[in-house]
Amino acid sequence: MIAVIDYGVGNLFSLACSLKAIGSDSVVTNDKKVIANAEGIILPGVGAFGDAALKLKESGLGDVIKEEAARGKKLLGICLGMQLLFEKSYEYGCHEGLGLLKGSVRPLSELITGKLLIPHMGWNSLEITKNSPIFRETRNGAFMYFVHSYAAVPEDGSLAAYCGYGGKITAAVSKDNVFGCQFHPEKSGREGLAILNAFIKA
Amino acid sequence: MITKRIIPCLDVKNGRVVKGINFLNTVDVDDPSSLASYYTDSGADELVFYDITASAEGRKLFTDFLARTAEKVFIPLTVGGGIESTADFERVLSCGADKVSVNSGGFKNPSLFKEAAMLYGNQCVVLSVDVKRVNGSFRVFVKGGREDTGVDALEWIKKCVSDGAGEVVVNSIDTDGVKKGFDIELLSRVVDLVNVPVIASGGAGSAEDFIELFEKVPGISAGLAASVFHRKEVLIPDLKKKMAENGIPARI
Repeated sequence: MIAVIDYGVGNLFSLACSLKAIGSDSVVTNDKKVIANAEGIILPGVGAFGDAALKLKESGLGDVIKEEAARGKKLLGICLGMQLLFEKSYEYGCHEGLGLLKGSVRPLSELITGKLLIPHMGWNSLEITKNSPIFRETRNGAFMYFVHSYAAVPEDGSLAAYCGYGGKITAAVSKDNVFGCQFHPEKSGREGLAILNAFIKA
Repeated sequence: MITKRIIPCLDVKNGRVVKGINFLNTVDVDDPSSLASYYTDSGADELVFYDITASAEGRKLFTDFLARTAEKVFIPLTVGGGIESTADFERVLSCGADKVSVNSGGFKNPSLFKEAAMLYGNQCVVLSVDVKRVNGSFRVFVKGGREDTGVDALEWIKKCVSDGAGEVVVNSIDTDGVKKGFDIELLSRVVDLVNVPVIASGGAGSAEDFIELFEKVPGISAGLAASVFHRKEVLIPDLKKKMAENGIPARI
């Protein structure tokens, strides 16, 4: 069973539907026992980093996620959920993340060159840089759907794929049992579902 | 590289897709969500649904249809039609919409863009605007293009974006239905004006019209159309292939 963390950030309807569509036994929950008993954890999230980090901290769910990941449980962060895996974010100030991956989250405006729209919104292709279990069913160049104004800058070699948008923007990370994708696999058609499926089977 | 998006638009009335669907004889038109699946399988990058129902019962049928579609269609879904409050946002977002498009609701409720952007983020708030030339200037029309608001379209677009609209769908009434191509002049003005994605609507009659759009207005993010797709005058796989042949980034 996969626990999708419900901490009051964003709409989980599509994610729950996509997991159901690939036949995954998953539950949207904030129950710490359910999370502790799950085979894997998905940390979703849409919105502002500071607000989400505070909700994780105040609910105690952040500590549960850290403990479970430290015990080796597989964890997938999606979009803001991926950014929260890092040490800190510079979105409206400086906020502390879960610190499961080394590095920070920075505004796209500082990371990209050229006259490009922000948010980075739409379909972009993956340049896979690491042989990660979440890419077991994914071809290099596969298109995924992105919507974000901030991006992670990993410092400990967790980068697993980037996409080109005025530079190399972190698209996915993978380190041991901790995975993350900046794009929305639940909104990226069949190729997105393949990534969720690979995580479930990882 | 980020691709140019191709977006079919479906009008939904009382939970049924209307306009041109009789031409799509390969799909079960009694089930609108299978029409959505058909477009997804043919390579649509996003789907837009406009709820053209007026009654409360019709609205309920629409959200039922939306939820049924979102259960099996895993690409971004934008919903518009009758959105006048954040309660309307909530109603469609909880049924699987990713973005919500506001048209005349922006006139009825001037704080809607600000409120919705605060609650759901700019990426979720889409301005949809119907534009027509009047005495040499671009004007905003409402009520399905029947009523001139007297408001300058470029001013309106600029204001709504600064209030929080994270994307703009520009529908040119002058080119809509004529099938002789998109309104290049208007669209060029809009992409120069704002720094959020702009979606072109109105006028597509052939794949070449999309190519012309992306070549002449490089800043445009997407092309939207309804009847040319419904009537199979343009097939999305062929269009994507033509885009790629012309060096326009496309998701294939």
